[in-house]
Amino acid sequence: MAGTSSRKSGSAGTPRPSSAETDLVKEAEATRASSGYHLIGKRTPLIDAALKVTGRAEYTDDIKRPGMLVGRLLKSVHPHARIRSIDVEEARRLPGVAAVLTGDRYPTPFGVLPMTHDETALAVGRVRFLGEHVAAVAAVDEETCERAFELIRVEYEPLPVYDDPKVSREPVPVKIHDRALRDTNLQKEVFQHFGDVPKALEGASQKVKLSGKYLGVTHGFTEPHCTIAEHTPDGRLTVWSATQVPHYLHRSLSEVLGMPMHRIRVVKPEVGGGFGGKSDPFPHEIACAALAIETGRPVKVLFDREDVFYLNHGRHPTQNDVTVGVDGDGKFLAMDIDALLDGGAWSSFGVVTTYYNGVLAMGPYRFDNFRYHGARAYTNHPPSGAMRAHGGTNMRYTVESVVDEIAARMGFDPIELRLQNFLPPNFKTINEFRITSNSVRQCILAARDRSGWEEKFRKLPYGRGIGVACGFYISGSNSPIHFTPVFPQCTVHLKADMDAGVTIHCGAADIGQGSKTVLAQVVAEVLGIRMDRCRVAPVDSDTAPVDLGSYSSRVTFMMGNAAKAAAENLKVPLLQAASELLEVPPDRLEASEERIHVKGRPSQGVPFHEALHKAMETKGALVASGAYSTKPLGGTFKGAKAGTAPAYSFSAYVAQVDVDLETGFVHVENVWAAFDCGRPLNPLAVEGQIEGSIHMGLGQLLSEGLSYRGARLMNPSLLDYKILTPMQMPKVECLLVGEDDPEGPFGAKEAGEGPLVAALPAVGNAIYDAIGVRLMDLPITPDKVLRALEEQRKKGGAVRPPAPTRPSERTPTHGGR
Amino acid sequence: MPKKVPVRLRVNGEEHELHLPPQRILLDVLREELNLTGTKRGCDLGTCGCCTVLVDGEPRLSCLMLAKLAEGHQLTTVEGISPAGALHPVQRAFIDLGATQCGFCTPGFIVTAVAFLRDHPGATRDEISRALSGNLCRCTGYVKILDAVEAAARTLAPAQER
Repeated sequence: MAGTSSRKSGSAGTPRPSSAETDLVKEAEATRASSGYHLIGKRTPLIDAALKVTGRAEYTDDIKRPGMLVGRLLKSVHPHARIRSIDVEEARRLPGVAAVLTGDRYPTPFGVLPMTHDETALAVGRVRFLGEHVAAVAAVDEETCERAFELIRVEYEPLPVYDDPKVSREPVPVKIHDRALRDTNLQKEVFQHFGDVPKALEGASQKVKLSGKYLGVTHGFTEPHCTIAEHTPDGRLTVWSATQVPHYLHRSLSEVLGMPMHRIRVVKPEVGGGFGGKSDPFPHEIACAALAIETGRPVKVLFDREDVFYLNHGRHPTQNDVTVGVDGDGKFLAMDIDALLDGGAWSSFGVVTTYYNGVLAMGPYRFDNFRYHGARAYTNHPPSGAMRAHGGTNMRYTVESVVDEIAARMGFDPIELRLQNFLPPNFKTINEFRITSNSVRQCILAARDRSGWEEKFRKLPYGRGIGVACGFYISGSNSPIHFTPVFPQCTVHLKADMDAGVTIHCGAADIGQGSKTVLAQVVAEVLGIRMDRCRVAPVDSDTAPVDLGSYSSRVTFMMGNAAKAAAENLKVPLLQAASELLEVPPDRLEASEERIHVKGRPSQGVPFHEALHKAMETKGALVASGAYSTKPLGGTFKGAKAGTAPAYSFSAYVAQVDVDLETGFVHVENVWAAFDCGRPLNPLAVEGQIEGSIHMGLGQLLSEGLSYRGARLMNPSLLDYKILTPMQMPKVECLLVGEDDPEGPFGAKEAGEGPLVAALPAVGNAIYDAIGVRLMDLPITPDKVLRALEEQRKKGGAVRPPAPTRPSERTPTHGGR
Repeated sequence: MPKKVPVRLRVNGEEHELHLPPQRILLDVLREELNLTGTKRGCDLGTCGCCTVLVDGEPRLSCLMLAKLAEGHQLTTVEGISPAGALHPVQRAFIDLGATQCGFCTPGFIVTAVAFLRDHPGATRDEISRALSGNLCRCTGYVKILDAVEAAARTLAPAQER
């Protein structure tokens, strides 16, 4: 009952615009509708959905090749040890075994980033985490592989085990990798300083510092890793793999196997989710190919769920400290961050992770002084890597908690405090990010209005609360990972033939997010045809031009632009042909309604197929190509390219929670998710990304966490690693309020990763509103809530945080636009 | 090598006579022997629901069932949910309402939802949510899955009540 009806309401006298005026969502929808696109922006079911609901979509494990062998990988039983010897002779002689390989066969190191190659297909002389693969067996069936494992004798000499990044930071007797910095086990260290942070903090009238602690989390995709490889007598190697990034796999296979890329074919079947967890080229993919080469037969390597947990590459266990100083009016003056990341045994994307934990932190806010010290440590845990909203999630939780704390201490409504500090559109940040479109103001106002914020904030009964947080994420990494030689980020090829269909070839990896559908939408939109004329060819490196992969939320932006350019190029001969048929100059023609016709007059034209057939008379099938390259962006200081993107997504989420004071369970009731992805090309898919992101974010916040005892993972199963079920999901309302981005395809920006980051702190801040306790140790499991409530009781009982005391100017919905 | 035993399975209305080692799991047999790859392998431990099939119309995890023990029962996999060329209203709604993303969990959800709606045609969203809580999805946050099953429930309810 405490604190329920005590608020005599600060709403008296506050201007309250009518709901018609304030509906930013409807306003944005109306603006977008006025462009008159026939497919762009329409709620479009995914073009592969019918195959998926009938079980007909083909994933890697569904593929059978004649004479296919089973490949299995023997896992290390030590987290850190020298391999004195491996004796595989007896295993090789076992009937049914076709090949046994060890690390010395293909010892070339590789890794996703060219500067940190520290992985090998199989362990070479040393194992660095429990579960690292030490030998590969190909045999007629799984049972024979298992028996072969029993016959393999590995002699290990245990080494000191490092399971704490704080220890790895100090001088160590044994380095996990020779390339670790100095005499430590640090993999990467980043120092950045803009402006003068110590001075700005000294002059601040309020300084808030919070420290966040985050367990590692893993992607939890439903499809375990799977790879099939086949080496044929023509000297070619074909690899089918559940990968988000077929191109990097292609490169790594070539590097490690010593085979030129043109003799390797990489095929990406349907992929059962990735979320970053299928973006590294993996040792098992290379080992599978090596087994295929060795045996001359197709080999399939399929992981079980435990293997998936041991390979991990999930979000880094993290400790971070964030200090923000503000002046007396609530203007943000300076941000100071220190972050320590547990990278596990390999580098993976670690250099990028280490930068992102700092450079993306200022996010939607303007700071003129910024300092970051980030370090990523090697440990003997399974490798950490890239996971949805890579490098932008843990730090965002601490930053948004700090902002909430500042508001509470200074008596601001946290929405008002944020509104005062947002970056404007078309702005260059202190670390030289080029901000173009930015609808974060519309986001926070839409979330405020739809959530009933003013009636709820600090006014709900004790135990229930509402919170807000903002987000910011890159819409594609501006710098490709491999920058020499220079290639476009994405290329799309089109072929239009006499059947009047258009085949779209592109290496972009649809991993469920719907990029195939976006390809078809974009091409059909430009050509003015129905979507079912477009078919998206499978991703096959023999035929698909390179796209750099599904990571860094780059696909819609970069592939979309490339597809648009390709379709524009295909349209040129169609307009020319129609011009000849109609005797009207091509510049007076346009394509729409399945016709090429005089602009604005569909009746004065020819059907699409007639124009196409005319254009084909001398050349045959029409082919066209389109590509997208990023422009140079960013400063010249060390690390200046990290975090640069051709556009950024913005978001503001409001969450409402009910904390069970008896059990400590946090029940998230609602999330109002306002997101700026520019123009949503397929709102149905964008909502799916937002809802899925909230699910993943709340999992990390409330129940997920990789738990270690020493270096041993204690919960490598979906029984003990708890992702949310349907019953724990809140009601979600997606509010798409973005304006067109100047460089995005049809004005679009990313919606794949950005939607995750605000979910966690919006709920964290709602918990604070509910019970007056700030929980900074994730996941926030019921025991931690109960402990915090117990401490609160010891200090004198249940306390709601104070209500805002600053006169709220009640920023009008249209303010500042 | 353990001795093989005869196993007779009736799947999607078709009889199959197989000779299998007695320890073969139903999921493996469906996928590897019968090429019914619509049923997915997500965890092998009964935790994810991807391998759900109907045994005499009831959702069961095929990764936890010996193929031999499925003898004498009617098995239905996602391939048998709708007749050729047609879609079950649950499948239709999954497509139209965006309830499938990567699609790997989808067959398990489809067969679970079809069985549930058959017995509970007027189910509410909360009841549907409870019924589907043994199936994990990492892409959708379940929102559109619940939308789809609710919509299918509305399509099915009048027909079944009358």
